[in-house]
Amino acid sequence: MSQQPATLFDKVWDAHVVRKIEDGPDVFFIDRHFIHEVTSPVAFLGLENRKLQVMFPNKTFATADHNTPTINQHLPVQDPLSANQLKALETNSAKYGISHWGLGNPKNGIVHVVGPENGITLPGMTIVCGDSHTSTHGAFGAIAFGIGTSEVEMVLSSQCIMQPKPKKMLINVNGKLGKGVTPKDAVLYIIAQLTAAGATGYFIEYAGQVFREMSMEGRMTVCNMSIEMGARGGMIAPDETTFAYIKGREKAPQGEAWDTALAYWKTLKTDEGAAFDVVYNYDAADIEPQITYGTNPGMGIGISQRIPTAEVVGGSKASYEKSLDYMGFHENDAMIGKKIDYVFIGSCTNGRIEDFRAFASIVKGRKKADHVTAWIVPGSHIVEAQIREEGIFDILTEAGFQLRQPGCSACLAMNDDKIPAGKYAVSTSNRNFEGRQGPGARTLLASPLVAAAAAVTGVVTDPRDLIA
Amino acid sequence: MAYDKFTVLTSTAVPLPIENVDTDQIIPARFLKATERKGFGDNLFRDWRYNNDDSPKQDFVLNNPIYTGKILVAGKNFGSGSSREHAAWAIYDYGFRCVVSSFFADIFKNNSLNIGILPVQVTPTFLDKIFLAVEADPKAEITVNLEQQSITIAATGESESFDINSYKKHNLMNGYDDIDYLQAMKDEIRVFADKSKY
Repeated sequence: MSQQPATLFDKVWDAHVVRKIEDGPDVFFIDRHFIHEVTSPVAFLGLENRKLQVMFPNKTFATADHNTPTINQHLPVQDPLSANQLKALETNSAKYGISHWGLGNPKNGIVHVVGPENGITLPGMTIVCGDSHTSTHGAFGAIAFGIGTSEVEMVLSSQCIMQPKPKKMLINVNGKLGKGVTPKDAVLYIIAQLTAAGATGYFIEYAGQVFREMSMEGRMTVCNMSIEMGARGGMIAPDETTFAYIKGREKAPQGEAWDTALAYWKTLKTDEGAAFDVVYNYDAADIEPQITYGTNPGMGIGISQRIPTAEVVGGSKASYEKSLDYMGFHENDAMIGKKIDYVFIGSCTNGRIEDFRAFASIVKGRKKADHVTAWIVPGSHIVEAQIREEGIFDILTEAGFQLRQPGCSACLAMNDDKIPAGKYAVSTSNRNFEGRQGPGARTLLASPLVAAAAAVTGVVTDPRDLIA
Repeated sequence: MAYDKFTVLTSTAVPLPIENVDTDQIIPARFLKATERKGFGDNLFRDWRYNNDDSPKQDFVLNNPIYTGKILVAGKNFGSGSSREHAAWAIYDYGFRCVVSSFFADIFKNNSLNIGILPVQVTPTFLDKIFLAVEADPKAEITVNLEQQSITIAATGESESFDINSYKKHNLMNGYDDIDYLQAMKDEIRVFADKSKY
C-alpha cells in the first residue's frame, strides 16, 4: 500500500510523537528548547521542588533578552528585580549545564534572532520556548511554537510536552510584492483578513511565489507573526534559500553530517494531494504597505486607506469603540498624515540586518524629524556588528539617529524602554495591545520602511513616496 | 505545582464582556519580574483596574463589590497574545478557578489546564445568556460540573455541555499534572531520543 500524501507539518509532527494518548494529547518530543530570564525561573523552582534533573541539558539554550537594558549594558543592571531574573538565568544554566548567552556575551541577543543566526535552528526540528514568538523558527521548516512555564518545566525534566495535534491551514500568496511592500506588510495583511483569532487551533504552512522568493529574514518575520492570528505557529518548506542561509553557521552540521542533513531536509515539503483543513489564497498585488489603527494586530489596513467603521469590521461594537477610543482615533480617519511621537525598530519580528538595511534606505540623506524619539534596537550583537560593518551605522548617525544595544526593548516594555502614556509609536514589533509598549502607549504596527518614513517626516507617511 | 482537584464548582460570577482580552491586559509585562510564583493576583488586569496613582478605577468590574465569585466570564478570544503563564497564575491567585468564554486562545487554554483552572468554552448564545443572568442578578449562581461536562445557570436551569479531552479531565479531577505523567515514561522517552536526528 502506498503512503498517504502528507503535509510538511504532518511529516515533522508525526516524526516527534513518542506516544499517542487516546482522547488526549500526543507526548511530543522536543529537539531544541530556548529559555530566557522571564518565563524560566519558576520552571527551575519546580525542578527543585520535585527533585528532578534536566534530562538533556545540551538541547536547551539560554539567552537573556526580555528584561535587559538597551544602553550601558556594561554597567550593573539598575532595576533589582530585573538583575535578579538575569542572575537566576545564569545560576540555573550553570547549575544544570545549559549553554547561557547572558548580557555582555557576544552571542547574546533576542532568542528568536540568535537561534537561527548561530545555526541552532534547523529544518525538521521541533522547537519550543516560553515565548509565543517562537513561531519565528518555522521559517526553516521547523515546528516551532510558544509554551507556558509548566511546559518549560516538562521540557527541562523530560524533553517532551503534551500537545494535541493542531489542525492544518495553508496560506498561499502568489504574485509579486510591489515596490515598498515588505514581508511585514504581507503578514499584517493576512492577519487583517483572518482577524486576531482567525487561525486559532491551526498550524499554518505558508506557500506560493511570494514566500518562495522571500529571504530567510523575511520568512522569519512572517512566521513570527503567525501567533498574532491565533495560530500556534507557521512554517515554510525549506529550499535552497534556507540551505544557503544555514550553511557554515556555527552550530550547523558540517562535512558528511551536512550532506546527510541536506538529503533529509530536501524531503521536507508537502506532498502533492496532501490535505489541509482550510486553505486561503491571496494575491500579492492586493497588498500595499500596512499599518494598524487599533489594539490588536488584526486591526490593520493599507496605509492609504481610512479606518473602517464598526459595521464593516463586525463583532462587538463596544469592544471596537473601546479600542479606537484608546487609540484616540475615529472611524473614517485617514492614517496618512497622523502625527507620531516615537519610532521603534527592532524586536524578534523586525530586528534583523535586512530590516535595518530597509530603514537606512529611506533615512539615508534625510534627517530625523525633530519631535520624533527613535529607538533603534538590533536583535543581536551579530546584527549590531553587521550594522556597523555595512555602513548603516554612519547613515543612521548622519540622519540624527542613535543605535541602542540588543534586546526585546520597547516591544514589550519590560525594561526602561517604555513609550509614555498617550504617545503614538510606529513600531516594527508584533503587538499593538493596550499598554504593550508602556502604560497608555499607542502603537501603530508597521514595516521598517513605514517606520523610517514616519521617523523622517514625523507623521504617518506612505514609504512609496520616499522611495526613488 | 500541585493544584486543587476540580470536580463541581457552584459560584457567582464576574462578568467581563470584552472581546480579545489579551494576556498583556491580564498581566502587563512590567509585573513579570518575579522569580517565584507569588502574588500575581494583585496585578491581575492591572491597567484596567487601577489608575496611574494606584487608586482603583471605579468602573472596572473587579472593583465593583457587587460582583464576586470563582468564575470569570469573558468575551470571545480570551487570553490571546503572549505565552506568559503568569496570566493564568494571576487569575488563579486572584481566586478564580474557572474562566468561561465563547473562544479561548490556545496557549492560554493549555496554561490554564496545566495549573488547575478550567477553561469552559460555550456557544456565543449561551455566553450572552450568562452575561444577562449575572447582570440581572449579581448573586446568580453558575454551576460547572466537570464530571458531566456541563455548565448550568441556576436561576433559569439553562444548561450547556462543554468539551474537554478525557486525559485532561482525569488530571483536573484528580489534581494530577503532565509532569507526573512524563516522569513515569522516561525510559520510553530515552529510547525515542536515541533515535532522534538532532
